[in-house]
Amino acid sequence: MSDTHQDPEEPREESALPAARREGGDVIGVRRGMFGAQDTGDTSGYGGLVRTVSLPGPASRPYGGPTSREGYGVFDEIADELEGALDEQGLLPANAIDRTVVDRGELTFHIEREHLLRVARTLRDDPALRFELCTGVSAVHYPEDKGRELHAVYHLRSITHNRLIRLEVSAPDADPHIPSLVPVYPTNDWHEREAYDFFGLIFDGHPALTRLMMPDDWQGHPQRKDYPLGGIAVEYKGAQIPAPDQRRSYS
Amino acid sequence: MSTSHPRQEAGHATAAEEDAVGYSAGRETTEGTVYTVTGGDWDEIAEAAAKSDDERIIVNMGPQHPSTHGVLRLILEIDGETVTEARCGIGYLHTGIEKNLEYRTWTQGTTFVTRMDYLTPFYNEAAYCLGVEKLLGIEDQVPDRASVIRVLLMELNRLSSHLVAIATGGMELGATTIMIYGFRDREVVLDLFELITGLRMNHAFIRPGGLAQDLPAGALDQVREGVKTLRKNIDEYDKLATGNPLFQGRMKGIGYLDLAGCMSLGITGPVLRSTGLPHDLRKTDPYCGYETYDFEVPTADTCDSYGRFLIRLAEMRESLKIVEQCLDRLREPGEVMVSDKKIAWPAQLALGPDGLGNSLDHIKKIMGTSMESLIHHFKLVTEGFRVPPGQAYAAVESPKGELGAHVVSDGTTRPYRVHFRDPSFTNLQAVAAMCEGGQVADVIVAVASIDPVMGGVDR
Repeated sequence: MSDTHQDPEEPREESALPAARREGGDVIGVRRGMFGAQDTGDTSGYGGLVRTVSLPGPASRPYGGPTSREGYGVFDEIADELEGALDEQGLLPANAIDRTVVDRGELTFHIEREHLLRVARTLRDDPALRFELCTGVSAVHYPEDKGRELHAVYHLRSITHNRLIRLEVSAPDADPHIPSLVPVYPTNDWHEREAYDFFGLIFDGHPALTRLMMPDDWQGHPQRKDYPLGGIAVEYKGAQIPAPDQRRSYS
Repeated sequence: MSTSHPRQEAGHATAAEEDAVGYSAGRETTEGTVYTVTGGDWDEIAEAAAKSDDERIIVNMGPQHPSTHGVLRLILEIDGETVTEARCGIGYLHTGIEKNLEYRTWTQGTTFVTRMDYLTPFYNEAAYCLGVEKLLGIEDQVPDRASVIRVLLMELNRLSSHLVAIATGGMELGATTIMIYGFRDREVVLDLFELITGLRMNHAFIRPGGLAQDLPAGALDQVREGVKTLRKNIDEYDKLATGNPLFQGRMKGIGYLDLAGCMSLGITGPVLRSTGLPHDLRKTDPYCGYETYDFEVPTADTCDSYGRFLIRLAEMRESLKIVEQCLDRLREPGEVMVSDKKIAWPAQLALGPDGLGNSLDHIKKIMGTSMESLIHHFKLVTEGFRVPPGQAYAAVESPKGELGAHVVSDGTTRPYRVHFRDPSFTNLQAVAAMCEGGQVADVIVAVASIDPVMGGVDR
């Protein structure tokens, strides 16, 4: 299988630290054993194998571009403009931008949540950036990413310059607050309500943060990882097939 | 459908009034009198409303109303015939597809996503598969033939989607001829889908790494025939509707939304192009080799429903052009799945005595001659393939606008999170901006010009 092996150099104590800037990417899980199945005994002798899984970590300059991976490219241009524009406003870029990740030809800025609104407004209004179109917010729940469990991911498209970037903001489960982007991108109205409905992310400053899909009196937030699927077993030709969340899974 | 009079005193309706309104007699609630109307008795309701001194009525149109494109609930505050406030109620078709994907393998995901926006199944599959391929890093390995067939299917799908948009939009205006024509022509496209994939809807034909299987024998000729028929038939919409003064009277200036409104509300697709901005991901951010096809991006500068109708007609002609270019490229045979045996689905489909299933040749091989192939098949089909951790965003230009898939993997055989940015969902937010201040009857036209599909809105 095309499995990726964790860098053995990765210090594992990292996950014990409070949510701070890390050398690698976010650790989102730990895998044990050889074959990924959890429900049967592993007789291969590799049952004690432990690997951490982390998302791609911060990139170093030059960032390159979507097509050219090497050397100075469009991504450097965007990062320079953004950092310059934030600097002009008296905001130290390193305080607002937690880290910059370049992975699979995509540029991601991890933004500190308290500066999200300012960064988004800069990205929209600065003539050299001009990201006019926000394609909404997609929330992701990483229960293993301690202190940064909930991530909100925004994809911004610049029609003027024909570019696409991603903003990522995180919040801990204990304090699931992220500033609303509705004042900057009104399109996020329903998107943020959807993310609130399914993940319990509270977007401060949203004009009417209510449930969108689920009934108003619904308990819980269904797309969080700690919310069970609630599948039911299926009987087919006399045999019981367990519910999808009860079937054998591989990690 | 129910209407209510806000601010009306409880117990206001007298016995005489109750007689006048007959079986639709109002019910007193804390929010005012609530009438439940099931059709045919509007006169009585109007009469009862006229007697009250308050002209302001809140109408819940839908979620079961025939002209709201499925289970969309429009909450309209009406002052006489004028809509003073319009809001949408959605979620009636929420099926938890995004959550369900997290409990299936990456390949099984296509079976779910094809059911989201059920009028554009191939776009859902393509966006999802492009995202998975980006995560796997195999975009360059997808065979050309697979990409060309994807484009072919997507463009045929654009035709069928636009035909439904025009057909149902016409029907909601009372133009039933357009409806009959639209569904007649959609049938031509669905027959081609059935020929190629075996199904008219919910195909799950585009898979991560390529396609479920190659085109069947004779498909190219049939598609060519279909294109000929469609080319002839599309002119009929022009004759029937484009110059029709009644049609223009209902459509022109209705559902107005300008470029600034579109940008701030995130509107894409024909609605955005009706403001004159030729934004089309097939041109600006090409995928599946769209940069190598010759086609135009039609625009209008009217910002209204009529412009969107014209754009849809023009886009259908452009799609036919692309389909013809695809047919020319498909003459040469080739692979339709990546060569990496750790990702490619091992079996091909074949028609057996009990319907479509795994090809008998493949079963004969794995059961009779190769234990290793059997294990390989079993592992790949039950366990699936692993996708390296990370996230990717892939967007395609669906007939309704930008359809984006945000795909996250944690390195296992199942998606960690898949989020779809469905254009219908985003575009439906424009209802308030388009409808407020207009007439009730124009709400229908404006909503039809957005062309929302609730399967995609609610997912």
